[in-house]
Amino acid sequence: MGWTKKILRVDLSNGSIKTEPLNMEWAKDYLGQRGLATKYFIEEVDPKVDPLAPENKLIMTTGPLTGTAASTGGRYSVVTKGALTNAIACSNSGGYFGAELKFAGWDMIIFEGKSPKPVYLSIEDDKVELRDASHLWGKTVFQTEETIKSSHQDPQTRVCSIGRAGENGVKYACIVNDLHRAAGRSGVGTVMGSKNLKAVAVRGTKGAGQIKDPTAFMAATKAAKKVLADNAVTGQGLPKYGTQVLMNVINEMGAMPTRNHRDVQFEDARKISGEAMHEKRPTDGKTHLVTNAACFGCTIACGRISRIDETHFSVVNKPQYWGASGGLEYEAAWALGSANGVGDLEALQYVNVLCNEDGFDPISFGATVAAAMELYDLGILTKEQIGIEAPFGSAQALITLAEMTAKGEGFGKELGTGSARMCAKYGRPELSMGVKSQEFPAYDSRGIQGMGLTYATSNRGACHLRSYTVASEVLGIPVKTDPLVTEGKADLVKAFQDATAVFDSSGTCVFTTFAWTLADLQPQLAAACEGEWTMESLATLGERIWNMERLFNNAAGFTAKDDDLPPRLKTEPAKTGPAKGLVSGIDKMRPEYYQIRGWTPEGVPTPDTLKRLGL
Amino acid sequence: MALRITFKLFATLQDYLPAEAKKTNALSLDLEPGTTVAHLVERFALPIKLVHLVLIDGTFVPPAERAGRVLKDGETLAIWPPVAGG
Repeated sequence: MGWTKKILRVDLSNGSIKTEPLNMEWAKDYLGQRGLATKYFIEEVDPKVDPLAPENKLIMTTGPLTGTAASTGGRYSVVTKGALTNAIACSNSGGYFGAELKFAGWDMIIFEGKSPKPVYLSIEDDKVELRDASHLWGKTVFQTEETIKSSHQDPQTRVCSIGRAGENGVKYACIVNDLHRAAGRSGVGTVMGSKNLKAVAVRGTKGAGQIKDPTAFMAATKAAKKVLADNAVTGQGLPKYGTQVLMNVINEMGAMPTRNHRDVQFEDARKISGEAMHEKRPTDGKTHLVTNAACFGCTIACGRISRIDETHFSVVNKPQYWGASGGLEYEAAWALGSANGVGDLEALQYVNVLCNEDGFDPISFGATVAAAMELYDLGILTKEQIGIEAPFGSAQALITLAEMTAKGEGFGKELGTGSARMCAKYGRPELSMGVKSQEFPAYDSRGIQGMGLTYATSNRGACHLRSYTVASEVLGIPVKTDPLVTEGKADLVKAFQDATAVFDSSGTCVFTTFAWTLADLQPQLAAACEGEWTMESLATLGERIWNMERLFNNAAGFTAKDDDLPPRLKTEPAKTGPAKGLVSGIDKMRPEYYQIRGWTPEGVPTPDTLKRLGL
Repeated sequence: MALRITFKLFATLQDYLPAEAKKTNALSLDLEPGTTVAHLVERFALPIKLVHLVLIDGTFVPPAERAGRVLKDGETLAIWPPVAGG
């Protein structure tokens, strides 16, 4: 079966907790996690709702393979209307929280309303209760997790929580679980904070034994694990260097957004790369990287655990930061580093730890600092306004601004609104580098054309994880395409978007797709879940989910004009590298994409498309 | 006439660089005219299955072209094993 077939509905306004059967008719059409929770959300929530109003809901959801023997089967997602974007939000996290929720017997939790006081939800199998969290309010993620585990007297309790960023209304606040895994993007933590919900603590002892055909499932998962182990990327490259190995690749290609996308190559990229993390420091003879790490059930283990140099100015008097902690991953290293012109690896790791500790997205934070540094460079923002000199390249400014944002102090409040709102306030909205108010990740769409279309059409605002065409355009997975041309990219983006929606609905990690295709996932789903899960039905499932999300955004007020890139990427050519002289071809790709999707020229799914997909 | 290029090896391939070049992943090489990508792969004894992503000045060189692609003065040749990120 895969599913536990039970969900929790928690009304935070009146404190009621109800158990409901999972809607299996919907499960057969939307699978689980991203697809199924979004179906619930769209059926229950007005698309025009204020994300921070009690009427907005927040769903924590597992997939049918979460908690099972499937490799990477530890994923869970948070679905809501994003505080940063005002669009549908679905943020996906690894770690161990999702599997524990499944072990306790729950497919998902739907949070409604707003608690009159800070609370956290405690789940011990069937014993579920809201508890007072007044003593946790104002605490960091690290303090919250430690306090809850201590009070529950059970170190195997898994916790997801918000830090001070989520409490203070930082628009890109995360929900952090297992200390350094996060449902990171679009402000899902901000929504959680608006509901006075500090944390969810879960302990499950039931296991995940609801498999339709256990023998077939074990055979399918074993075969799929072999594919991951035998693949050079998932078997060797990712465990050894993590995602950070991309720093030099993307920089050499001239697709490394630098100094708020003014440049496409960063002169200090190597200093903050995966290779640099493996080198012994002259100060203490230790490597920055301590070890790799895996989430629940993962046989890839791409995670990074690092240790900051104790003599670095950022932590020299802060021994609490001297231990090993999560990071750096490529996206964070880019956003905190290249985007701001900061080439100090230790500073980036310190700020990354602050992001984990107080729960805010390092991509959006780093990119917002980049916009502030450009406003400072242009003389629009001053030292007096910011509280510190903030030129591009200043590690000290990056650190100070991160501490201010974490605490909600001074100019940190402005940074906490995100780059779109901040740049609009200072009269230069075009300097916000993002789509639908969400900041770009680490690929310049002048040098990787498909990513421009990916960003522009992503249902949750600019995001690389909705269709990672970098795999094809840069890495040759599954086939190599030319990153500098627009031809064929509409087809490529649609294919990646639809397939990714399936993986995001299954409980497995999208990083498996460096080795797996749907043909590797399908036998696992077919063995685990009742119903017909064929290659054809999965392909339709992905397309159905994508269109469902699109319908919500259209109803929320988004139109084709929101599927666009900032003018810089369309009018200021790349200055160096293979893309020198090129701008994004988004205006050429978008109409073709709409046509392939079966949408009108205005970006609206046609009645025929909706009928074909059962929407 | 001799020509000079920059040769870069990344990730696990950096083990094939001289010790002094590992800090930068880069080596300056003087080459005889007519030297190809494949010639350098052979000279540095790079395992062919690890020669995955090959860029000259940031532009991808497909496997079928590596034996015939002659390096020119001032170019940068960079090679990675199979890697990915996100």
